[in-house]
Amino acid sequence: MTDAHELRSRTREFLAARPPAGTDRADFLKARFDAGLAWVHYPPGLGGLGAPRTLQAVVDAELAAAGAPDNDPRRIMIGLGMAAPTILAYGTEEQKRRFLRPLWTGEEVWCQLFSEPGAGSDLAALGTRAVRDGDDWVVTGQKVWTSSAHIARWAILIARTDPDAPKHRGITYFVCDMTDPGVEVRPLRQITGEAEFNEVFLTGVRIPDAYRIGAVGEGWKVAQTTLMNERVTIGGMRLPREGGMIGLAAATWRERPELRTHELHRRLLDLWVDAEVARLTAERLRQQLAAGQPGPEGSGTKLVFARLNQEISSLELELRGEEGLLYDDWTMRRPEQVDFTGRDIGYRYLRTKGNSIEGGTSEVLLNIVAERVLGLPAEPRTDKDVAWKDLAR
Amino acid sequence: MSTSPAKEVGTTEPDLLYSEAEADLRAAVRDLLGDRADLQATLAGMEAGDPYDPALWQALAAGMGAAGLLVPEKLGGQGASHREAAVVLEELGRAMAPAPYLTSSVIATETLLALAGQAGPEGAATAELLAETAAGRTVTVLALPLSASPGAEPPTGPAVTAVADARLADVLLVYRPDGLYAVRRADAQLTPQLALDLTRPLATVAIAGGTSGTRLAGTGTARAAVQRGLLTGAGLLASEQLGIAEWCLEETVRYTRERHQFNRPVGSFQALKHRMARLWLEVVNARAAARNAADALATGSDDVALAVSVAQAFCSRAAVHAAEECVQLHAGIGMTWEHPAHLYLKRAKSDELALGTPGRHKELLAALADLPAPR
Ligand SMILES: Cc1cc2nc3c(=O)[nH]c(=O)nc-3n(C[C@H](O)[C@H](O)[C@H](O)COP(=O)(O)OP(=O)(O)OC[C@H]3O[C@@H](n4cnc5c(N)ncnc54)[C@H](O)[C@@H]3O)c2cc1C
Repeated sequence: MTDAHELRSRTREFLAARPPAGTDRADFLKARFDAGLAWVHYPPGLGGLGAPRTLQAVVDAELAAAGAPDNDPRRIMIGLGMAAPTILAYGTEEQKRRFLRPLWTGEEVWCQLFSEPGAGSDLAALGTRAVRDGDDWVVTGQKVWTSSAHIARWAILIARTDPDAPKHRGITYFVCDMTDPGVEVRPLRQITGEAEFNEVFLTGVRIPDAYRIGAVGEGWKVAQTTLMNERVTIGGMRLPREGGMIGLAAATWRERPELRTHELHRRLLDLWVDAEVARLTAERLRQQLAAGQPGPEGSGTKLVFARLNQEISSLELELRGEEGLLYDDWTMRRPEQVDFTGRDIGYRYLRTKGNSIEGGTSEVLLNIVAERVLGLPAEPRTDKDVAWKDLAR
Repeated sequence: MSTSPAKEVGTTEPDLLYSEAEADLRAAVRDLLGDRADLQATLAGMEAGDPYDPALWQALAAGMGAAGLLVPEKLGGQGASHREAAVVLEELGRAMAPAPYLTSSVIATETLLALAGQAGPEGAATAELLAETAAGRTVTVLALPLSASPGAEPPTGPAVTAVADARLADVLLVYRPDGLYAVRRADAQLTPQLALDLTRPLATVAIAGGTSGTRLAGTGTARAAVQRGLLTGAGLLASEQLGIAEWCLEETVRYTRERHQFNRPVGSFQALKHRMARLWLEVVNARAAARNAADALATGSDDVALAVSVAQAFCSRAAVHAAEECVQLHAGIGMTWEHPAHLYLKRAKSDELALGTPGRHKELLAALADLPAPR
């Protein structure tokens, strides 16, 4: 057990030995990982100290005060938020040692090969096949909407290993090397004009069995860890007041009195209240986690932020009047991360449409809240005990 | 008070959780209300013209010490805070128990507290009334319309209408242009009014000429104290609204799981599931807003006016929405006098108008958050 006091002095000693100003960024990050100051709640040797998760704030505050570089968490969100907790929970010791360090330092970017053209909300219906061949698995299929595939070194992948089992039981979870022959990434241009996501074609890709995460046929269970963490990662950011999309709209309102109308004022105040309350809710969730009383609220924050981001950006676009008719840049680009603040309001309006689709649609999340949180009866099901190969497609 | 570990590292974030002591208090209040305040009895009381059960009030206010939560021990109270009083109000909202808690133990008490410490006969009279009120021996009610909003000059006419719980009051606090006065109910003329919310009776209060009562404070002091009472009332009303919304959601989920139509529980229809899931999101958000207001009041935060107006703007809507959905998803049975849903709807809608409407609080926010209206 480590306490806040001890951790603060440990961080200061670390900083004294490696003053951020005189240390190469990559070296600094690697050393930070090795000192157990990357994510303090991870085990020793894997970037942590086995300390309570809340104490990370102590380390982050000390490092920020010293002007230390961060690992650009927005750029490596899939790795940090989804791959890492899954590998930690289900990976072998060897997998943890191989993957976690470069994942955390950002040397290796990750992507998520889950969705397919025929399996989105019904992810467990996926058809990408993995067939055992000696010490390898041979994988063939097509994935889609894959964010960051063009910059990723590794992917978390789910594939079907038993078509004769009902859909949830025939899936296995793998780590896929994106540089392998047989992996082809094609940009998929989106609503904003840029290509942040991709189509990924997998043709006879050989994945060593050593890169399997969890048992054969248990991939759906492993994927639950990933999906749960995905929702928390998307909805669980800590924000100051006006820290999200509402701050941008409020700034426009303050700077441009000539654009104000009564109708927009009413809507702006409504959204300002909702955004402030959503921020408090996320903060309350964080405090619950810190106090070791996790509540079901996590499934809610993503839903609320998706709606708010869309309504606020929509309102700001209207507020801009004739400027709102314009767009900043339609050139096809391949961004490394989503950049809401660096682009204009038209981009924000369009990109936030994805907030209610990525990481599970709002409709599907409402089902999850209704069934798992409120205990309402499930929809009648027709796919439960049917072999995957016999399902309608 | 709960100390989440984040506090140790010196953040200034409000504490939005419930402490163990608050959870114990909740359990005790819930037990008491479960035993003594069942909804059928409330309905019967209302129909008999008096929803108020003096024995229940004695047990809550004096027996459990709930009336004195806001008052320091040296002034005759329990020395707790707004966070604990908020928990009591959550439970009163859930149980729809008629009790002059918001009016006497919160609004009037906080008004008196703001006057405590004055010298001379005014100080002595205030201290005595505060101690009596905190002990649950005296019900004290600020004679203003329940709709009076913080941040606005309250009316000071010879007769004040829509005063909540006036009939239950032993003492009325009367706000006049020249100060604040304590008037015994016997010296006031009360005319009951038929209220939308039968569980919180309303009356017109007129003070006969010549009876001025006991002066507690002069103009400026009185105005500030009344403002403090209204602000605190508005902030803690959010917790009552949270309790209402919680009950409505839980009851609707329970009912729609059991009620069958088309050979399925109606709660298995996705159109209904999504509505209830959205209500749950509102309840979760309302809880954060209400806790934030209670914590800001308890800690004397600079942020208190903003926290209160955010909570009122949000929780008023959430409670009304939950109560409306409760009636709709219960359908025919939800429209009956026998089913308690209407009590919650009437309380929720009245609470929306109480202590400043959401629109009024958003006007206050426009100034507090620097989002000015168009010229
Ligand atoms: C910007 C963006 C980035 C993404 N990044 C990735 C990524 O990196 N990796 C990855 O694997 N995937 C990614 N996705 C894919 C995303 O997870 C899927 O798009 C999503 O799960 C929905 O699947 P679908 O698009 O096939 O829609 P469908 O499942 O076909 O849904 C169509 C409509 O039906 C509704 N619907 C479906 N089922 C139900 C139901 N049971 N009840 C009610 N309504 C229902 C949906 O809500 C939707 O409105 C990304 C998506 C976006 C938009």
